[in-house]
Amino acid sequence: MKIDWAALGSVFGVSLAVTVGLVALFTLGIMGLSHRERAAAQGNSATLAVTGAYVAFAGCVAAVAYGISLIVA
Amino acid sequence: MENFSLILAIVVVTALAFDFTNGFHDTANAMATTISTGALKPKVAVAMSAVLNLVGAFLSVEVANTISKGLVDETGIRPEVIFAALVGAILWNLATWLLGLPSSSSHALMGGLIGATIASAGFGAVHGDVLVTKVLLPALAAPIVAGLAAMLATRLSYGIGRRADGKAAEKGYRAGQIASAGLVSLAHGTNDAQKTMGIITLALVAGGVVAPDSDPPTWVILSAGLAIALGTYIGGWRIIRTMGKGLTELQPQQGFAAQTSAATAILASSHLGFSLSTTHVVSGSVMGAGLGRKGGVVRWSTATRMLVAWVLTLPAAAVVGAGAESVTDLGDWGTAVVAVFLVAASAAIWKLSRREVVDATNVNDTEEPAGVVTTAIAAVTPPPAATVTEELTATVPAPVTTATPESATPPAATV
Repeated sequence: MKIDWAALGSVFGVSLAVTVGLVALFTLGIMGLSHRERAAAQGNSATLAVTGAYVAFAGCVAAVAYGISLIVA
Repeated sequence: MENFSLILAIVVVTALAFDFTNGFHDTANAMATTISTGALKPKVAVAMSAVLNLVGAFLSVEVANTISKGLVDETGIRPEVIFAALVGAILWNLATWLLGLPSSSSHALMGGLIGATIASAGFGAVHGDVLVTKVLLPALAAPIVAGLAAMLATRLSYGIGRRADGKAAEKGYRAGQIASAGLVSLAHGTNDAQKTMGIITLALVAGGVVAPDSDPPTWVILSAGLAIALGTYIGGWRIIRTMGKGLTELQPQQGFAAQTSAATAILASSHLGFSLSTTHVVSGSVMGAGLGRKGGVVRWSTATRMLVAWVLTLPAAAVVGAGAESVTDLGDWGTAVVAVFLVAASAAIWKLSRREVVDATNVNDTEEPAGVVTTAIAAVTPPPAATVTEELTATVPAPVTTATPESATPPAATV
């Protein structure tokens, strides 16, 4: 009986890294948007935060697109 | 499709029935957290999941091919054996649904297949090492992998996201959950609808209708996709309630972390050659997300019941499959007896479920349903484990993590 430890290990590593990375990216994006919300409430703008948020969300969208391409392949 | 015998028709119909139970059993995997955190209305969530399952069914036939070629010797398998296997899998799926327990439909299917094969051809026809490497080990690894990822992601999300609040954050987490739940649904369609395609193809090969090693015919792909989508839309509300509310209380951040970890683990596992059960992955990630939040509590009594169900899935389905196979062996009237038994048992389970209805309207009620479900669970749960975990629920939150793998290991080893 041969257990494929390498495959199990890589599933473990990839799941952990991608999940934590994606959630971090997404949370940063959300933080940017709530920063804008707070700034807007005080009549200010928050261009940097908003730009950062959209970059973060673009990263997440790219990850989802890659996920779909994995499913389709 | 000449030579399409009656038994073959029965097998195909039963396989589609299994596919249907698979759909409603596993809706929870994709949509439970989305429903319990309120990101989507229950009906909308199951509709979306159903559509994505249907789409997923058409995307590839790779899994279907491994199911029909990997686990048992396909030479010498008769359609009756597959029928018996499906009977075991369907009845186990319905029984766990009645108890509201998420358990792996693929394990049920494999269990049924293994039991029926043993009854028909002896122990030699089952590939034992494939059983360990493809079934038992992944079942232990899945919740740990996904749970740890979800726990760390939740920690991080609460750590760096303290200043994320207000309408924007609420909308953002909602969108994130919907996207990751969609991915899980799509992956589920490609995986589980294909299992049924694989089974039907196996039956067609066994019945001599299609050549060995051929891909599933189009009508098989279409009907399997529709059956799983219909099952998903009907919705296994009992299991959704257990998964979304019974294990732990989830906030939107946790729902997002859990669902992302589940989607990632499922995709990573199916593409790095170490296949994990969707049910086990999602249960693990929900528990992980529960543990990741400060003050988050996992209800270990529910988790223990789930673990018991996981360990029992394969042997229970195998026993029913073996029993069904021995009866079909008696001749055509035996097959008829099994078919009648299947319909009668399914009807009985459905009748029992009507005593305590769970549907879209009360799926998010926190309290465990009383009455028939609780008493039935009491029969399943080993008493000592239950009392210990009751105490743990109230007092000990995070450090008990290790209890899960420990309690899982010994019974699994004896299987």
